[in-house]
Amino acid sequence: MSQTVQQIMAQCQALFEDLRFNTVKEWKAAAPGRKAIGYMPVYVPREIVHAAGMLPVGILGGGDQLEVIQGDAYYQSYICRIPRSTIELGLTGRLDCLDGMLFPSICDVIRNLSGMWQIMFKDKYVKYFDVPQNFEDGIGGEFYVHEMQLLREDLGKLAGKPVTDDALRASIAVYNENRRAIRELYAYRAAKPWQAPTSEVYLVLRAGMVLPPEAHTALVRDYIAITDAVERPKRDNARIALTGGFCEQPPLGLIKSIEMAGCYIVDDDFMLVLRWLLDEVPTQGDPLENLSKAFLHRSATTASKYELRKEEKGQFLMQSAKKAGAEGVIFAAPSFCDPALLERPMLQAVLARHKVPYTAFKYAENTGQMAPIREQAGTFADSIKLWSAE
Amino acid sequence: MSTPVQMMPPQPSKKPVAPVQKEDAMLLQKEMINRNYHDLAIAHDQGRKICATFVPGNLNELVMCFDFARSLPETNALQSGLRKKSGKFIMDAERDGHSEDVCTYVKTDLGMMLGGDIGPTGEPLPKPDLLLLSYTGCFTFMKWFELIRQKYGCEATMLHVPYQGDGRVSKNMRDYVVKQLKETVIPALERVSGVKFDIDRLREYMKESVKAEEDLVHVLQSAKHRPSPIDGYFGAVYYIGPIFTAFRGTPEATQFYGVLRGEIDERVREGKGPITPEGELTEEKYRLVVEGPPNWTSFRDFWKMFYDEGAVVVASTYAKVGGTYDLGFRHDPEHPLESLADYCLGCYTNLNFSQRIDMICKYIDEYQADGLLINSIKSCNSFSAGQLLILREVEKRTGKPAAFIESDLVDPRYFSAANIKNRLESYFQMIKAKRVAQSAPSATPMTTH
Repeated sequence: MSQTVQQIMAQCQALFEDLRFNTVKEWKAAAPGRKAIGYMPVYVPREIVHAAGMLPVGILGGGDQLEVIQGDAYYQSYICRIPRSTIELGLTGRLDCLDGMLFPSICDVIRNLSGMWQIMFKDKYVKYFDVPQNFEDGIGGEFYVHEMQLLREDLGKLAGKPVTDDALRASIAVYNENRRAIRELYAYRAAKPWQAPTSEVYLVLRAGMVLPPEAHTALVRDYIAITDAVERPKRDNARIALTGGFCEQPPLGLIKSIEMAGCYIVDDDFMLVLRWLLDEVPTQGDPLENLSKAFLHRSATTASKYELRKEEKGQFLMQSAKKAGAEGVIFAAPSFCDPALLERPMLQAVLARHKVPYTAFKYAENTGQMAPIREQAGTFADSIKLWSAE
Repeated sequence: MSTPVQMMPPQPSKKPVAPVQKEDAMLLQKEMINRNYHDLAIAHDQGRKICATFVPGNLNELVMCFDFARSLPETNALQSGLRKKSGKFIMDAERDGHSEDVCTYVKTDLGMMLGGDIGPTGEPLPKPDLLLLSYTGCFTFMKWFELIRQKYGCEATMLHVPYQGDGRVSKNMRDYVVKQLKETVIPALERVSGVKFDIDRLREYMKESVKAEEDLVHVLQSAKHRPSPIDGYFGAVYYIGPIFTAFRGTPEATQFYGVLRGEIDERVREGKGPITPEGELTEEKYRLVVEGPPNWTSFRDFWKMFYDEGAVVVASTYAKVGGTYDLGFRHDPEHPLESLADYCLGCYTNLNFSQRIDMICKYIDEYQADGLLINSIKSCNSFSAGQLLILREVEKRTGKPAAFIESDLVDPRYFSAANIKNRLESYFQMIKAKRVAQSAPSATPMTTH
């Protein structure tokens, strides 16, 4: 049975390493006229892309396997790495299979990248996708519904047919199911982290960036069932929540290093798009209104989202970590990531107030030296174990 | 983000230096800024509330309707930079857990708070009663006020200004901003101040704003003359100070811009160049457009690198961070809230890349500039991310040479005078060589006999 887990992992690993997006090309080639739309972190309503008959494709930079040559010529040394490797992907033709790109509101760098993309890839559909920072239905909600409507109309034109309400409702149902599966995966990992190490969970999540949601949902459920069937050894590891990696991704080696250092990662903020909306989105009624209400009132919290009240700062992380049974928090943020690094002291203050231990380091998607990270994570895990033994 | 304001006299040094020369309007501006710091220092004693807000998207006329004293944290940070205080503040903030990677305006502000909230002029800078988070073209603003809110515990209200991703302001965007003003921002201002909103009062302030805006544009566009009577970057930070901060909409601002306009018109009539700290620039050798904020910790050294070479900045994007008035925008007393929305939506860093490039190319053309210089600021991703593409595109479209230097707003560790001077000298040589090449007869004759 572990062989089967290995098979799933081999499939996910291949998807993860495929920087030419062959899966996307194959999906497009399977039927005439199919189109694919890329999107960057943190969140876009993929339901609209899906309802237009297109494949939403998550673009998370080039990782540690891509040599960035041209991309570096567009950025100063003090800008994070994800935009330069994304440009490298674009300039080397690796993203030619995408018919458009969505740049959500997350930070100034990604925002500016949208304008660069408009200039550099003039033949593609490019959209800066703004989301509201006002969470009243009649204010931010109204704005957001309009923005989604624009996206819907644009994609309808690109597809050659309008995106209907029924198609949207059907897509909402598809993504409800996907989010349900992801929640099951997170709950499973929190309950049995030794059965679902994050180095595996991460790859399963990453597969959701390129697979159609229906296929990804099936993959997630297969993984849970198959890994649960074969007992793995349970170690006396520290249970930690990892936070800060919501945009530029750490190398897979970094996740493995944290685990090898004696940590079970029981919660994280990777690929939040997969679970941004916290509950089922109603499949009856106005679909854009429903997506808007879900966004405004029941969505995840991260550094790119305004916290309306001071008292709420850090509560999402606290509750999420508590729900997963985390004993401590590791802040792992990309170098030069304004949102994560500006947010960090506020979250740390909240954790300190609640006596939750934490440690922090930075990475880049191509970080190669893991020894210091392993050492820091190991020390952190040991300290948690010592404290919890008191 | 970044901001303008008053330049300080030269820093004390061991050898005697000549007194700094300034226009009358510059001195007036300095008085205004210092007076505002004093007003802030005594505001609570006088029963006034304090509102802190940002320069881009500054809703000064609206805030005045509620009798608030106005504090602008970017201005406070840059003033600390000019007075050589920011280095310590930044290190204090870093020791307090703030990353070395993030905006130094934010860390200067937080460092100042750690040091007991003494403002740049040495007077206390009391804690604000309201943080008006006008989120225009800079993501860091949002985190900045969340950080201050956490530290001070004061109330915050958010005005989310959508980005012009498609290079235009849609009705939806405008309606969204107006609705927030009506239903979120104004009620918060009323609640904290205890003053009821009076839209006619807002209209009156806006009438004053328009006069100042007209005069400011006249002054900035005077740089189209040869020689330019102003420096549109180093000099412009004086000019934009009042209108970008606590004075837009006040009679003092109207008076300031009237005086300034008169002075500049006189310089035009007399065919004079700009005033620099060492006197009038008598020979204009290079005309530049600059993109990006200045460095504040070595402001005068930086400026000197230009005027020593006879280089004048005829237009800068930085002088538009608090409003793109030269593109035609004016506050409209007949439609006050819609006008505030348009103002916020139109600030320079809320423009998309094509708009920013168009603006720079237009400046190069209309101001007959020799080229573009980008001062890329480590702290400011809103400005800096993607500037190398701007450089390429502007070169491609105008055929004019462009150059790139790097520094920071208020972190003295990121100002390398020798490197910047070398680059500038090379750039000026490049411009000169290009002129020679253009004026010389074609190197390859069309026909030879």
